[in-house]
Amino acid sequence: MTALAETARRVPIRPSTSWIVPLALVGVCVFLVVGSLQSALFAQQVISGLANGGIYASLAVALVLIYRATEVINFAQGAIATFTTYVAWQLIDWGLSYWPAFALTLGIAFVGGFALELVAIRPVERRGSQLTVVIAAIGLLILVEGSVGWIWGNGVKFMPAPFPSHIYYLGGVAFSRQDLSTIAISIASVVLLWAFFQFTKVGLAMRAAAVRPEAARLVGVRVSWMLSLGWGLAAVLGAVAGMMAAASPSVLLQPSMMDGILIYAFAAAVIGGLESAAGAVIGALLIGVLLNLLGSYVSWVTPQLLLPAAFVVMLVVLLVKPSGLFGRTRVRKV
Amino acid sequence: MAVLLALEDVDARYGQVQALRGVSLTVDESEIVAILGANGAGKTTTLRAVSGTVRRSGRIELAGKSLGRRGPEATARLGVAHVPEGRGTFSELTVWENLRLGAHVRRGSLQADFKRVGEFFPWLEARRNQQAGTLSGGEQQMLALARAVMQRPRLLLLDEPSLGLAPLVVAEIFRIVRELNEQHGTAVLLVEQNARTSLATAARAYVLEVGRVAFAGASEELASRDTIRKSYLGY
Repeated sequence: MTALAETARRVPIRPSTSWIVPLALVGVCVFLVVGSLQSALFAQQVISGLANGGIYASLAVALVLIYRATEVINFAQGAIATFTTYVAWQLIDWGLSYWPAFALTLGIAFVGGFALELVAIRPVERRGSQLTVVIAAIGLLILVEGSVGWIWGNGVKFMPAPFPSHIYYLGGVAFSRQDLSTIAISIASVVLLWAFFQFTKVGLAMRAAAVRPEAARLVGVRVSWMLSLGWGLAAVLGAVAGMMAAASPSVLLQPSMMDGILIYAFAAAVIGGLESAAGAVIGALLIGVLLNLLGSYVSWVTPQLLLPAAFVVMLVVLLVKPSGLFGRTRVRKV
Repeated sequence: MAVLLALEDVDARYGQVQALRGVSLTVDESEIVAILGANGAGKTTTLRAVSGTVRRSGRIELAGKSLGRRGPEATARLGVAHVPEGRGTFSELTVWENLRLGAHVRRGSLQADFKRVGEFFPWLEARRNQQAGTLSGGEQQMLALARAVMQRPRLLLLDEPSLGLAPLVVAEIFRIVRELNEQHGTAVLLVEQNARTSLATAARAYVLEVGRVAFAGASEELASRDTIRKSYLGY
């Protein structure tokens, strides 16, 4: 009897927590919708928060893409995004108009990301551990950011605005075309990427290479090329994030432009569970909106406090759900 | 019959440990050959030497083309399908995605192949959107085999297909392997603990002992020699 009671005390029955995440997300949505209906200012802050979140989302999904394949956080992702944004600036400066430059930059980003993996990551990965890859990524961060300053100088450049500064009114709420377009482009790029992974042969091969590289090799998937391809695609997403960030009035085009955004994106990816692109997007939108609301409604939260606030959000999520909102506990075969 | 696969004096090692010592064997076109032997004799390593998933030296040829320097990706492209021990399905992906991946090295329409797989494994169609990891062990083994069928291999490397499965499921798997061999001329190199079943399926067999070929011969011959049966095949 006592022994039984002892066991019962030692093994507490833990209630399932799977309902927490959907409930919390629904709660957040209700709060945002009700708030937006109550106040036009609130609605505007939500929209511009979503726009920021969209930028974080593109970069966060780029991080997830590489993490899923190699279980390494690519710390150079932000610097690569900055570099490609400068490329776009350069193309425009040479006389190209914005959207052709945008498209060309995406192509250059793909080739550049692919080549970086080939030159800087693959040789290290082949003989080293994950730690060596992380160190190589940090090296890349310094190298790429340094070369931006070396090529284009450390001063601030001005990117022409891609969207006419038009304001739409709905009820008493003003939506800037800038914000709406940023949201649309970021989400569209993530959705396109998802469709690529879901519906194409190469996308399927990339997923197979990420989850089970050995088995993928046996069916003829060239796994190392899939990794390079992943870096190329991640660089494209980063380029989208960089160009959207540079278009935003609150971000200046300078070599350190993406440093803060990379940290927000990292927090978003962690919140989402690091392996889930959908989780990263939701995490990014949450962070974007939450920080924007904090900044405008809580008087003592100055811009300097926003970065720490992102980490507080991340910590709270990890305390409640250690694998992130959409992280899965890995199923290992026995 | 023409020789499809030829191994001559093949060594293989895992780091410091030498797993194969001068193994030579052949598989003819459309032939089923079994590799028998105790645990650690080098059966799995022999298959891995062919598919390029272990470091090896010596001559390995598939229809006259050397496999010696090719990795598993390139070997798969030459028409070798390796179903590894422990099934090797992509448990995170759906049944249908697993089948698609089986045909990764091929071009063109897969409709005929899906149909063919459906004839061998009628239950797969209804489960096509199920995550492979949620299938039972026997179903996963069949999915692994179905994936190999999608590849339309000339040579199928089958590693312990009966491991941990119920006798009825094992019988079903061996029936499908025989059918595949008879209908499509797929050559099979089979590693199997269950000597009785594999000798009944294979035309010839090799018995490995600590990394060497100890005996080789026709299945009936091996099964009829009492000394071999008792000391190597354990029945």
